[in-house]
Amino acid sequence: MSALLDHLPEFWQGLIVTLQLTAASFAGAAVMGLVIAALRVSPVPVLRGIGTAYVETLQNLPLLVLLVLAVFGLPEIGLQAGLQVTATVVIALYEGAYIAEALRSGVNAVSSGQGEAARALGLTFGQSLRHVVLPQALRTVIQPIGNIFIALTMNTSLAAAVGVVELTAAANRVNLLEAQPIPIFVGAGLAYAVIAACAGLVTGRLERRLAVVR
Amino acid sequence: MIRVQGLNKWFGEHHVLRDIDLHVAQGEVVVVIGPSGSGKSTLCRCLNRLESAGSGEILIDGVPAPVEGRELARLRADVGMVFQAFNLFQHKTVLDNVMLAPMKVRGLSRAEAEKTARDLLARVGIAEQAGKMPGQLSGGQQQRAAIARALAMRPKVMLFDEPTSALDPEMVGEVLDVMVQLAADGMTMVVVTHEMGFARRAADRVVFMDDGQIVEMAEPNAFFESPTTDRARNFLAKVLTH
Repeated sequence: MSALLDHLPEFWQGLIVTLQLTAASFAGAAVMGLVIAALRVSPVPVLRGIGTAYVETLQNLPLLVLLVLAVFGLPEIGLQAGLQVTATVVIALYEGAYIAEALRSGVNAVSSGQGEAARALGLTFGQSLRHVVLPQALRTVIQPIGNIFIALTMNTSLAAAVGVVELTAAANRVNLLEAQPIPIFVGAGLAYAVIAACAGLVTGRLERRLAVVR
Repeated sequence: MIRVQGLNKWFGEHHVLRDIDLHVAQGEVVVVIGPSGSGKSTLCRCLNRLESAGSGEILIDGVPAPVEGRELARLRADVGMVFQAFNLFQHKTVLDNVMLAPMKVRGLSRAEAEKTARDLLARVGIAEQAGKMPGQLSGGQQQRAAIARALAMRPKVMLFDEPTSALDPEMVGEVLDVMVQLAADGMTMVVVTHEMGFARRAADRVVFMDDGQIVEMAEPNAFFESPTTDRARNFLAKVLTH
């Protein structure tokens, strides 16, 4: 236990980086997911193709591979950025593919009559998506997106492998000094569990508040 | 107002509309009847391009219907449509349903749109339902809200695609009353329906379709009293005996 308590500042610093990674990459993933989902349901075949290619590429490669490629590959082509920034961007792009798929299933769950009615009123495709279809789609996919948020939180620990000192990396460093893996990693695990539990609470509330009367 | 020339439409191998020619004059009420699968709903949906035409020409107010994009959206803004399944936006109140398109498409301010919307909801007799969600309304109320939503765009033409087919019998009347009133006010209307009473009462012309073709076209009295084709006679014998 003292192994944990003696190193609270290190843990705290790691937790802050984890929270930064989670928040920033989830925001990026949400924007990316929205754009890609819009492409995937577009009436224009070329745009649909781009959306599909994006999802297939990013979903079918392990995040760790993407992280390593970005951290070591991007400087080769002259793109230099901090480790944490690179990791945030890679996680955002990767999770964006999952959010896009969740949103698309939500769009498919909205009855086709809703989009037809919107278009029959003269709304453009983009307007009907924005004002009619997506708001309803979002309500049906709150839970899956909450799950993606939790998975994303856990996935930020892979950033440790490319040198970002987030919670897992911080725990590992403390363990190298103290050699007490059980209390140290149980402590780190509990911190992740608290983040995930908060996400679960929020999604549950949102779901109840935004439920559509049918 | 609407001119359809040589319209053909296929769903795969299935030839659903065959050489349709139809002209609807300003202020005219045309009622389209016929057995299920005769292509009447498809014809209605082709008029605002919810279905694309296979071949042929559709002119709205003298202008060929655009194929896609913003021009098509502009055409649809002028052509109101009422669906069998109402299709009210489930996540918005009745009032917001009516206000959405005038604000986003016509650029009306919130205050202007709300005034028009409340007037229209009063006109279709559901003013007190304005703040409710669609799911809280009866079918008849929902369909009247949908008519108000279409009217809010001040359309030149109104299309009705079986507007009473999904309603409980006691609610059919309230929707038909609104439509009869609309017809009396001079709205140009194309109505696909199974309500023969409405056709008699409100139609200027009845179009009878079967197997993707317009089989007969006449004034309601002439059509119901003395149909000229066997197919129309058979159809009427079936629907009017009850």
